[in-house]
Amino acid sequence: MNRNVYFTDELQAIYDQTVTFVENEVVPHGALWEEAGKVPRDVLKRMGALGMFGLRIPESLGGVGLGAIASAAFAEGLGASTFGGFEATTLVHTDMASPHLVHSGDDDQLAEYLPGILTGETITAIAISEPDAGSDVAGVRTTAARDGDGWLINGAKTYITNGVYAELVIVAARTDHDNRYGLSMFLVDRDTEGFEVANKLDKTGWRCSDTAELTFTDCYVPDTKLLGTEHRGFYEVMKNFQNERLVLVCMGVGAAQRAIDMTLDYAQNRKAFGATLYDLGAIRQRLAMRQGELDAVRASMYHCAWLMEQGVDATKEVSGLKAFGAELVNQIMYDCVQFHGGMGYMTETAVERMSRDARILPIGGGATEVMLEEVAKRSYAS
Amino acid sequence: MNIVVCVKQIPDPADPGALDPETKTLKRDVKLILDESDSYGVEMALQLAGDEGTVSLVSMAPNSEVGGLRTALAMGAESAVLVSDDALKGSDALTTAKVLAAAIAKSSPDLVIAATESSDGYTGTVPEQIAALMDLPSVTFAKEIALDGGTAKVKRQTESGYDSVECPLPCLVSVTAGVVEPRYPSFKGIMAAKAKPVEEVTVADLGLDAGSVGWAGAGQEIVSIEDAPAREAGEVIEDEGDAHERIVAFLDELKVL
Repeated sequence: MNRNVYFTDELQAIYDQTVTFVENEVVPHGALWEEAGKVPRDVLKRMGALGMFGLRIPESLGGVGLGAIASAAFAEGLGASTFGGFEATTLVHTDMASPHLVHSGDDDQLAEYLPGILTGETITAIAISEPDAGSDVAGVRTTAARDGDGWLINGAKTYITNGVYAELVIVAARTDHDNRYGLSMFLVDRDTEGFEVANKLDKTGWRCSDTAELTFTDCYVPDTKLLGTEHRGFYEVMKNFQNERLVLVCMGVGAAQRAIDMTLDYAQNRKAFGATLYDLGAIRQRLAMRQGELDAVRASMYHCAWLMEQGVDATKEVSGLKAFGAELVNQIMYDCVQFHGGMGYMTETAVERMSRDARILPIGGGATEVMLEEVAKRSYAS
Repeated sequence: MNIVVCVKQIPDPADPGALDPETKTLKRDVKLILDESDSYGVEMALQLAGDEGTVSLVSMAPNSEVGGLRTALAMGAESAVLVSDDALKGSDALTTAKVLAAAIAKSSPDLVIAATESSDGYTGTVPEQIAALMDLPSVTFAKEIALDGGTAKVKRQTESGYDSVECPLPCLVSVTAGVVEPRYPSFKGIMAAKAKPVEEVTVADLGLDAGSVGWAGAGQEIVSIEDAPAREAGEVIEDEGDAHERIVAFLDELKVL
C-alpha cells in the first residue's frame, strides 16, 4: 500500500529511493560536511546522475517531468537525512532556484544551463534577499541599469543559500524605479566580472549548506542573461514562491518524523525511576500528540501539492501550511531535545543538530508573520 | 547475450510480518519488495549485458505482486515474467525450482543468474535445482563473472580465497551477496519501469499440472516453527588495566583472530 492517496506506485518508489539514498550516502558522512561547511560536489553529481535534479524539469528538456506532489515526496524523503543543510542545498537547487529558469528561460538559456543543472555540474542559487529586503520582495534595492546591449548590476544580496559555490546565481534587481514592483531577473555566472562572494556566512544551523553575502559592482551581463520579461521579475519570483514554501515544510516534516522516531527509540530504552521514559504518561502522551499533529500537517502538505498540480491558486492554503507546519516542526524538535535529556543538548546527537536546523523554517521562504498575513487577507468575508 | 535473472519478492525485512501458525510459512499477504540478495544478481547481469545484451527477470509470487520486479526493472532490466497462481501456495524449494525452470526455458537464455539464497527462506537450493532440471551446468558462490565467447569465467568464492572456474554457456551461476554494488534506480528509470512489459503466467501456462505444485506437490513438510530465541545480554568488561587482554581472549575464543 502506498503512503497516501496522492501517491502512485512510481511516486512511492521515488520517495523510498530518496530515503534509501540519504540513509546510505548522507547520514554516515553528513557530520564531516557540517565541519567543512559544504556538501561535496561529487555527492551532488551522483544525485544528478540519478535524476534527482530533474523531477520538475519537463521530459522534453531532459527531466522527469513530474509535479508538485513529486517535489513534496522528494523533499519529505530528503528530510530523513537529519542534515537540514544537505536538504537545503538540494532543494534550493531543484525547487527554489532552477525553476525560475525553467519557467522563464528562452530556448537558448535552457539549452545553455539545463544540462549542467540536471547533472549537478551547475548548481544554482536564487538571490533575492537583501539587508533591507527579505520577505518583502518588492523592497529590493539592487539595481540593473541599461548599458549598451546589456545591463550593469549594482547592489548586495545576503542570506543566499548555495551562494558560495553555485555556478549560476539568479538575481532579482530593480529595473523600473517608477514602479514598486519593477524588478527583472538575471542569470549571473559565477565568474562574471563585478560579481563577488563577499562573505561566507556563519549560521546557527544548516551548517553544511553554504550561505553567502554577494556583491555586484558594475557587474555587466549581456541582454541574453535577462531572464523572462523586463520589469516583470517580481511576478516571475512570485510564480515559484508557493513551491518554495511547500518543500520547506516537506523537508521539515521528514526531519520531524525522524526526530520523533529517534526519540521514541530513546524513550523506550532509557530507564528512569524503575521504568522506561516511555512508561511516563507525560512523555508518551506528548509524543503521541506530536505524531498526530505531524500526520495532519503531512496530509495537508500533500493536499496543497495536489491543489498546485490542479493549477488553482493555493496561496492561502500553502501560506497556512508554511506558518503552522514550520512552527510545529520546531515544537517537535524542542520536545525531542527535551525527552533526550542531557543527551539532547550534546552536539553529538542528531536531535541537537536537527533542532538548530529547524529554527530557520519559520523564517526562510516567508516568515510565519508574513504567511499569516497572506492567510488573513484572503479570509475576509466577501 | 540474453541473460535471465531469478528474483524473489519478499516481505520487507524492516516490517517482515509473521509466520502463519496453520501453514507454518511466512505470511506473504503484505507488500513485497525485491530481495536484496537478488539485487546483486541484477546488477551483475546489467554489467555483463552492457549495451548489447538483454536482461530479463523471472519471479514467482502470490497476488500478482510486482513491486519488487518494478525495482529491478527500474535498475535497467528490460522485461519480466511473473508466475502467480493460487495453486502455488505451499510450494517447497523443489517445486519452486520446477516452476522457475519452466518459466526460464521460455526465453532460452545464454546465462541464468540467481542469488545464492533468499533472505526469507534461506534454503539455498533453488538455483542448483533449476540447473539440474534444465540440464545446465552451474557454478555457485560466484564473486565475479566474465564472458568470453561461449564461456563463462567465474571466480568462485571459497573460505580461503577463490577458485577460477570456466563453464560453457548456457549455464546457471549463483552469486554471493555483496560482490557488486547494486545501482540505485534513477528517477527516470523508476518512471520508465511502469511501461516495461511484465508477463503474468499461471501454472497451466507453463504446462505444469496444478496437482504437482503447491501443497499438493510438496515433497517436504514443515513440522514445527518456533520464535527465534531472544538475544542474550552481552558481557560487560570493566577495565582494570587488563581489558585489552580480556577482549583479545574473547575474540580468540570466537576464533575470529
